[in-house]
Amino acid sequence: MRTQLDVRLGSRLGCALFGVSLGVIGLASTATHAAEQITFVSQGGAYQQAQTVAILDPSAKKLGITINQDSIPDAWPAIKTQVGSGKPIWDVVDTPTGYCLRGGAQGLIEKLDFSKLPNAAAMPEAYRSAYSVSYEFYSSVLAFSQKTFPKDAPNSWADFWDVKKFPGRRALRNHPIATLEAALMADGVAPDKLYPLDVERAFKKLEEIKPHITVWWTSGAQSAQLLNDGEVDMEMAWNGRVSAVAKEGAKVSFTYNQGILQSTSLCILKGAPNLDTAVKFLNEAVDPVHQANLPLNIDYGPGNPKAFETGVIKPERAAQLPSEPANAAKQALMSYAWWSSPDGEAAEKRWASFMQK
Amino acid sequence: MLALVSPALLVILLLIVLPVGWLTWQSVYHDGFTLEHYRRIFTEDIYWRSFALTFEISLAVTVLALLLGYPVAYLANAVPRAWSTLILALVVLPFWTSVLVRAYAWLVLLQRTGVINQLLHYLDVIGEPLALVHNPFGVVVATVHILLPFMVLPLYATMQKIPNDLMQAGASLGASPAFTFVRVFLPLSLPGILAGSTMVFVLCLGFYITPELLGGGRTVMVSMLVSRNVELYNQFGAASAVAVVLLASVLLIFFVVSRFISLDRVLGQK
Repeated sequence: MRTQLDVRLGSRLGCALFGVSLGVIGLASTATHAAEQITFVSQGGAYQQAQTVAILDPSAKKLGITINQDSIPDAWPAIKTQVGSGKPIWDVVDTPTGYCLRGGAQGLIEKLDFSKLPNAAAMPEAYRSAYSVSYEFYSSVLAFSQKTFPKDAPNSWADFWDVKKFPGRRALRNHPIATLEAALMADGVAPDKLYPLDVERAFKKLEEIKPHITVWWTSGAQSAQLLNDGEVDMEMAWNGRVSAVAKEGAKVSFTYNQGILQSTSLCILKGAPNLDTAVKFLNEAVDPVHQANLPLNIDYGPGNPKAFETGVIKPERAAQLPSEPANAAKQALMSYAWWSSPDGEAAEKRWASFMQK
Repeated sequence: MLALVSPALLVILLLIVLPVGWLTWQSVYHDGFTLEHYRRIFTEDIYWRSFALTFEISLAVTVLALLLGYPVAYLANAVPRAWSTLILALVVLPFWTSVLVRAYAWLVLLQRTGVINQLLHYLDVIGEPLALVHNPFGVVVATVHILLPFMVLPLYATMQKIPNDLMQAGASLGASPAFTFVRVFLPLSLPGILAGSTMVFVLCLGFYITPELLGGGRTVMVSMLVSRNVELYNQFGAASAVAVVLLASVLLIFFVVSRFISLDRVLGQK
């Protein structure tokens, strides 16, 4: 946990908000306003550390607020419990976009007023919803071993499905999200024509590849280990995991072609204790410059595409990022709205029977 | 006496009885009384498949642990004290390593580029690497390793109490060592076999980390359904119900076993 407190900026903000008259009360009021705070929750680890440097500390400084940090790998159960209890302790959560939408539908997440969120309002509509604003992007990509494929590597999901032309061991994620999209692309559906997903067709295509899948991985760490140890020759994996393995010297690579562009979003818990400050922070957190600083610290793309126009991200760095416009154009943008719909939930439930058949 | 045990009773009440009660309550109550979660378990065949697989794996693990553990316990019982201490120390030693670390250690041994496959390949025994992990086989191997002490210790405790005189009496009456073993020693060690097998079987029913890491995603044991159901249905009740059914089957097993031997033997290793 890190806290950020800038008394000078805080007092200036306090004066602006509450008028000079309060100044006579002196230090006490300064302290109160400087203590304007929120609790922000993300997923911990190197990822949260990178945000702290790029986004959280600068935002706290600029707004003159204190950002208390907490982290949890899967925020969803905690959101349910906290809001259910009527007294949430968190304000802003960074979580997979689907949870923000599902939470919105279940009355667990505040509806956003975009007139108070100019930075977010300027983002493309596909990058935000009534309950959430994209915060960062990652991608489910086709990764492969360069030892097995020194040249003519698989470059599309159709290649991944082609066990004759590309023999080798394969792994997929043990989860329908992004996997059904890949199956449909393998079956010839264009990346921008995926939704609503043809679930029947996707599972039929998956049955085809199922006997050739050695491992259905469940965690990002596991997918990295499979690739690193040469346990599989190609797999679906998150771009950041593959580049981390490559950086450590393993001969692996990936393509953004037909990747599935996924995001986590910021959303505010219903009845958040510091709602007004939370809204201010949310707007600040997607500021193009803060956002541009994120990929300088970790292999994730900014949630706000305007970050690429700030000049902060060098072109050669931008080319490595999942949400860079040219890379994004090769990929399918995940529709969390579809996955949160009844059809999406039904597809998720169907996955279990598919796996155990 | 009551004053002495009351702290322990309080801990049990707070940490076991109340949570299990709460778990059970959640499984039947969500905005009103509901048997929805149980209906699902008994009608959707993925639950049936998972329970069946879990019992199959547990049975395989128990049989293998018994076959491997019995000779070890027998040896520890037969050799002089110093040696038996060493043997038991070796049995218990892996116990102090995290289950997670041991699962990864098995991965290093069993995977395609792992030690065993490379050795066999080097010796020209195999052309293609064997599929030793990411399947039920890998899960069984690693689980046997983890649960072996639970088999060996009750066996050893039981064997310790078998008087050596009985073996000598058998020999003096002209029975061969094998005959004495089968007719005298083995029946007398039966309570230990039952105790160890029950422990291993029941513990295996709830295994999570090993099948999750070594099962390749296809080996879905009941405990994995519990975590999956939290994610899938967003209701703790859906997961609680699975846990309650598993708990009920464990209690049933204990009940059946208790018809044959005193439960003290299984749990207290008396």
